[in-house]
Amino acid sequence: MNFDFSDEAKELGEQAKKLLAERAGTGPARKAMAADAPAMDAALWAEISELGWTAARVPEAHGGLGLSVEEVAQLAEAAGGSLAHVPLVSTLLATEALVLAGTEAQQAKYLPGIASGAIIACVAWSEPGAVNPANVKTIAKGGTLTGVKQPVADLALAHVAIVVAAGEDGPQLHIVDLADADTAAVETVDLVRRHGTLTLKATPAEALGTAGDYQDWLDRAAVILAYEAIGTAGAAMAMTVDYAKTRVAFGQKIGRYQAVKHKCADMYIKLELARAHALHGLAMIGTNGAELRQAAAAARVASLDALAYCAEENVQLHGGIGFTWESDCQFYYRRNRALVAALGPRGWWAERLVRALEQRNRAAA
Amino acid sequence: MDFNDTAAEAEFRATVRAWLEVNAADYREPPEENWKLPEFIARSKAWQAKKHAAGYTGITWPKMFGGQGLTPMHSIIYGQEESRFHVPQGLYSIGLGMCIPTVFTHGQPEVIQRYVPKALLGEEVWCQLFSEPAAGSDLAGIRTKAVKDGDEWVIDGQKVWTSFAHASDYGIVVCRTDPSMPKHKGLTMFIVNMKAPGVTVKGIKQMSGGSDFNEVFFDGVRVADSHRLGAVGDGWKVALTTLMHERLAVGGKPRYAPGYETLMKLARGVDAPDGNPAIAASDVRQKIAQTYINDQGIKLTQMRALSALSKGQVPGPEQSISKVVVAKTMQDLASFALDMAGGDGFVAGADADPELAKLQGSYIGSAGLRIAGGTDEILRNIIAERVLGLPGDMRPDKDTPFNQAVPA
Repeated sequence: MNFDFSDEAKELGEQAKKLLAERAGTGPARKAMAADAPAMDAALWAEISELGWTAARVPEAHGGLGLSVEEVAQLAEAAGGSLAHVPLVSTLLATEALVLAGTEAQQAKYLPGIASGAIIACVAWSEPGAVNPANVKTIAKGGTLTGVKQPVADLALAHVAIVVAAGEDGPQLHIVDLADADTAAVETVDLVRRHGTLTLKATPAEALGTAGDYQDWLDRAAVILAYEAIGTAGAAMAMTVDYAKTRVAFGQKIGRYQAVKHKCADMYIKLELARAHALHGLAMIGTNGAELRQAAAAARVASLDALAYCAEENVQLHGGIGFTWESDCQFYYRRNRALVAALGPRGWWAERLVRALEQRNRAAA
Repeated sequence: MDFNDTAAEAEFRATVRAWLEVNAADYREPPEENWKLPEFIARSKAWQAKKHAAGYTGITWPKMFGGQGLTPMHSIIYGQEESRFHVPQGLYSIGLGMCIPTVFTHGQPEVIQRYVPKALLGEEVWCQLFSEPAAGSDLAGIRTKAVKDGDEWVIDGQKVWTSFAHASDYGIVVCRTDPSMPKHKGLTMFIVNMKAPGVTVKGIKQMSGGSDFNEVFFDGVRVADSHRLGAVGDGWKVALTTLMHERLAVGGKPRYAPGYETLMKLARGVDAPDGNPAIAASDVRQKIAQTYINDQGIKLTQMRALSALSKGQVPGPEQSISKVVVAKTMQDLASFALDMAGGDGFVAGADADPELAKLQGSYIGSAGLRIAGGTDEILRNIIAERVLGLPGDMRPDKDTPFNQAVPA
């Protein structure tokens, strides 16, 4: 049995965590929160591109390193834990779409630029007013897209967007060159990561794979985002635990009180459940396993549960100081909302999980 | 990543499987009705002797103590294969899993010689006498006392929650030998003959109706000093060895416990409050998802541990979450499903639907599972303190002599 990251992936994860501990974290996130701050840390982006992080998943034929999704997961977790102010996860999600569903020509057009860091890519998934993410309102017709995508993470930075729009067979991935697109900034609860509104009016677009490929990409995206959420949740838990070890109340460190330590234990429990499912997702991606759909949905739900709990109880266990503007608690609390918005809420993914289980049971019967 | 055996593991599994196919052939199906105690003991002893002859007992024990000197992975593979059959199980799990490793770690050579081989062969059954009425979660609060008298010790007191005490020949018992020391310091561990004069075993009837545990009373029971395990006053350290072996046991959802599939099946035959089938109701579907995430999450967490063992590494601390998740998930699922079934979920006995009866059993059993082997609260303490490094609970009695009462 080999149910663990490869040594190579672990090593890359360690390197990424070490660099981002120095170059990112809540200090730089606080600077990035200022309204006039740049939409990313350009120096950090240059450095991580140089290190090959954006090239990790790109095949060698297109100038990349041809690594596995395990490396992508390690990078996403490191980015999530450090709140790194770079469009790394957006670009990794878009890369996954191109690697999974792009034609040779599409890959040749975009992947070398992504590998070098010259092309930043984002994912336009959410729509205004969308209650059920299965009912995509943006329409694909005759090589163009019409509709509104919002909020789109890192839109202002991106050169290309992977856009989900309804084709003849249902929702499907498209790629849109953003050079002449109608984009605008939109305010969100997350004050660090910039989001935007992409308005498409018969905007030229290329379809990326089939409707089935879109579903497969959703699984992969859910697993990658689960690792980002696990990273962020882990950082919120570490912040809580550090505080519980030092803060004194009623003559004792507050970490001695079970009301406090049991919440910390629950943070750990939720995080480990999320890790188990996310790793299952990676194993299924790596082996084209039949349980990918359920594993990915479970990873998404469990990671959102862990993140919500860690982010919320982190503020709570800090008490009044945790609610101040000066406290770092708000970064994780706000990022929780960003990661939910990125790919749809817990309930929708729980439903996807149950459908996958029903389908598997029917197949087994 | 893969979930496959290594070549060596696969070979061992094939050997075990072939042996079981021949030797456990009588146990392919579950017994038609549960065995009564004498039959259970007789079958357990016969099965243990068969295993022993084939070299499948003491798989991870050192060879010098009669074991096979193999890895935890071998033991796990044997257990996985054996669990495909309905062989008698449980009589030896505490004795061989916890007591005897304590004996061969801390006992004198002649004591090891006398007891270990017979235990491994299954001729003698062992129990573990730790918990007391006032020493459950606070295990070091033990009051059963042992007083030195020449070359012997005299034991007086009471133990409780002792599994299989009624079927046991010997036990390991932790006693207070010096009440003037702080609570963790004045304890000593002994081997006690369960058939000795002064030992009385009384069954405890549980809320479930079953009787898995006992009270054990000691009234002037004499034990030779040669049967002491570890130094006088080191009983707590010795007990930790025993409990460490308990933690190595990979715990998961009990085999009989209903999971998300049960809820799915049940929800197809029941109406939701809005008149539609319950399987279409959002709260039901969310419950199915949550149950899958918890149960499957623990299974996968255990696979992470197995993966580490398979590579010869020490598993990470993550498997410490198992029981606390499994027991509460079992209770929540059973409660939810019985709610959904309305009055039918409440009718018991001969008139009950078999599936619902199983859920009732799970509802009642899970209340015990949340306590046994470390309560939900103690397990959260352990995770917070040992894994996350938070400071220990306030223990005002920790450093005071045990016989000086600390005001409550």
